[in-house]
Amino acid sequence: MNPILVIAERKITAPGKLNPASLEAITAAQALGEKLGAPVVAAVLEAGESGCAAECAARRLERVLVARHPLLGAYSPDVWVQALVQIITPLQPSYVLLPHTYQVRDFAPQLATRMGAGLISDVTGFNFASTPPRFQRPMFQGKFTAEFGFSGEGVPGFCTVQIGAFRGDQAAMGAQPAPIAAVTVTPEPSRLDSGEIFQEAKQAVDLTQAPIIVSVGRGIKEPKNLDLIRELATALGAELAASRPICDAGWLPMDRQIGSSGQTVAPKLYLAVGISGAIQHLVGMKGSRTIVAINKDPEAPIFEVADYGIVGNLFDVVPALIALLKENPA
Amino acid sequence: MNILVCLKQVPAKDAPLKLAPDAGWIRDDVTYETNEPDAFALEAALRLKEAHGGEVAALTLGPARAAQVLREALAKGADRAIHVEGGEAHRLDAFAAAEAITRAIAGQAFDLILTGLQSDDAGYGQTGVILAELLGAPHATIIMQIEPAGEKKVKVKRELESGNFQFVTMPTPAVLTIQSGINKLRYATLMGIKQAKNKPLATARLDDLGVTPSLNRQQLLGLALPQKSKGTTLLPGSPKEQAATLLRHLRQDAHVL
Ligand SMILES: Cc1cc2nc3c(=O)[nH]c(=O)nc-3n(C[C@H](O)[C@H](O)[C@H](O)COP(=O)(O)OP(=O)(O)OC[C@H]3O[C@@H](n4cnc5c(N)ncnc54)[C@H](O)[C@@H]3O)c2cc1C
Ligand SMILES: Nc1ncnc2c1ncn2[C@@H]1O[C@H](COP(=O)(O)O)[C@@H](O)[C@H]1O
Repeated sequence: MNPILVIAERKITAPGKLNPASLEAITAAQALGEKLGAPVVAAVLEAGESGCAAECAARRLERVLVARHPLLGAYSPDVWVQALVQIITPLQPSYVLLPHTYQVRDFAPQLATRMGAGLISDVTGFNFASTPPRFQRPMFQGKFTAEFGFSGEGVPGFCTVQIGAFRGDQAAMGAQPAPIAAVTVTPEPSRLDSGEIFQEAKQAVDLTQAPIIVSVGRGIKEPKNLDLIRELATALGAELAASRPICDAGWLPMDRQIGSSGQTVAPKLYLAVGISGAIQHLVGMKGSRTIVAINKDPEAPIFEVADYGIVGNLFDVVPALIALLKENPA
Repeated sequence: MNILVCLKQVPAKDAPLKLAPDAGWIRDDVTYETNEPDAFALEAALRLKEAHGGEVAALTLGPARAAQVLREALAKGADRAIHVEGGEAHRLDAFAAAEAITRAIAGQAFDLILTGLQSDDAGYGQTGVILAELLGAPHATIIMQIEPAGEKKVKVKRELESGNFQFVTMPTPAVLTIQSGINKLRYATLMGIKQAKNKPLATARLDDLGVTPSLNRQQLLGLALPQKSKGTTLLPGSPKEQAATLLRHLRQDAHVL
């Protein structure tokens, strides 16, 4: 079987380090490779020795390809796509796996399209009961799981692997480091002129240290109802946090946002009130020790990660909680 | 600046969804709305037009009912609309959808094409980027700000992970995928709704464009309810009983209070 290629990503803010999501993609590729009897190869793009190839090579891989070129320092989709086409074409991989990061979202559809191939995005697992395997991914905001297959022949199947679906620390290590091989790429300069990466404003609150977090979502309906959630947070001695739409609307400041574009937290108790549980929210909180979800929709995906679930109207349940906590403080 | 905005009609956020009998799609007897980031993309286009002149065209690809998102867009201030109509629209993958859009706008010149970053139903997160590739145009994704930057150039702010951002400048025509929250949405006015009736709404049929699911590069093979990975304890009873049981669990079993 032709190899499975993993495109590793360097951290955008520390380009000498591997983005840990790359290891998750390696874990997924190893699982796929084992079933299909295909070797797994990783590729790293860099402008100069970054150390990322060695980080990959510690894992059980057939080899690590390193493309080094002055244009491969800071990311630009045009350059990445050209370089990757040059890497992928001679390798003829059966599948190409990438972590579902913002960077990959930016170029992978272009790369697959240019190669005449399809891209299955946000893959959470494989179904090996059929041949070729089927690729599982969420649809309808996580309300359903879909199975997809590729329709093209003679082109690789591209998949992006959902963040957190596979464990990076379970990527099998190799008995000895995998060989690192240089590949030559000759990309043309990008049409895009990309600036430095920056943070908007200094985070005023550090939610990562909070032992208890009460997080509120769009189920709260109106900003004036936030007082109810504030009261609950006070009664629990908790920090207040929110899903993205609450912060987008300006009802709470941005630095209280939990999720892929906000903070990642793992408190001992996380109460999600009126939050549906979109994957971009879950990645920011699913490491919490105990998760409670209060939601009126029994099918809300938040219940998939909750330890305790209350299906009900938050405007009934939260006042009841506050009353009990006042009688018998936490 | 002439701008095309792609708007997808998707099931409303709180519509209870049921699988169709063949588990190939959902039952379509639900309420629909404009895909959330697409509504923000339309707003961004209208603001650019108001500040810098030009025209906004709204496009949707979908069955007859999808025309509703176009009527709303026209009422909010879009100048014209294009309905790429076909009952099989939901069976097209991101590539075939982008192909259909490309064919439907052939010969029309836009400085910017705006899409949402992701659809709430299919969630491919790909259509805009593929569209850029098919048109040979540069693109940028997850955009939180757009401003013209001199002759035939646009400067945009990309959102990156964990509160990071980056400015990117590129030549137009360009394709941008818009993130929810980039601006504050307007409502259609009564006047706008009235005027919308006289604005042009062109229709192209998928059949005539030669686009069918046979162009798909990925195939949806089935839908199912997700498997629950964690043993969630659901707390029964009245709100008061649920609250009491929860606090007991948190104190006595989870030891977190
Ligand atoms: C690239 C990208 C990055 C993103 N980053 C983030 C991020 O960092 N953080 C984030 O949170 N999101 C993020 N999102 C958005 C995410 O996809 C969801 O849109 C968002 O998390 C939904 O927020 P919500 O759960 O509050 O709202 P909704 O999805 O609208 O859910 C509201 C919930 O409230 C429930 N509800 C309504 N009324 C009541 C009631 N009376 N009582 C009880 N329950 C009720 C409903 O059943 C529903 O489940 C991102 C999206 C993208 C594409
Ligand atoms: N059927 C459609 N009609 C109009 N626009 C669409 C359609 N499908 C996708 N798009 C656009 O492409 C974006 C990304 O969709 P997707 O690739 O399905 O996640 C959406 O936010 C829309 O702007």
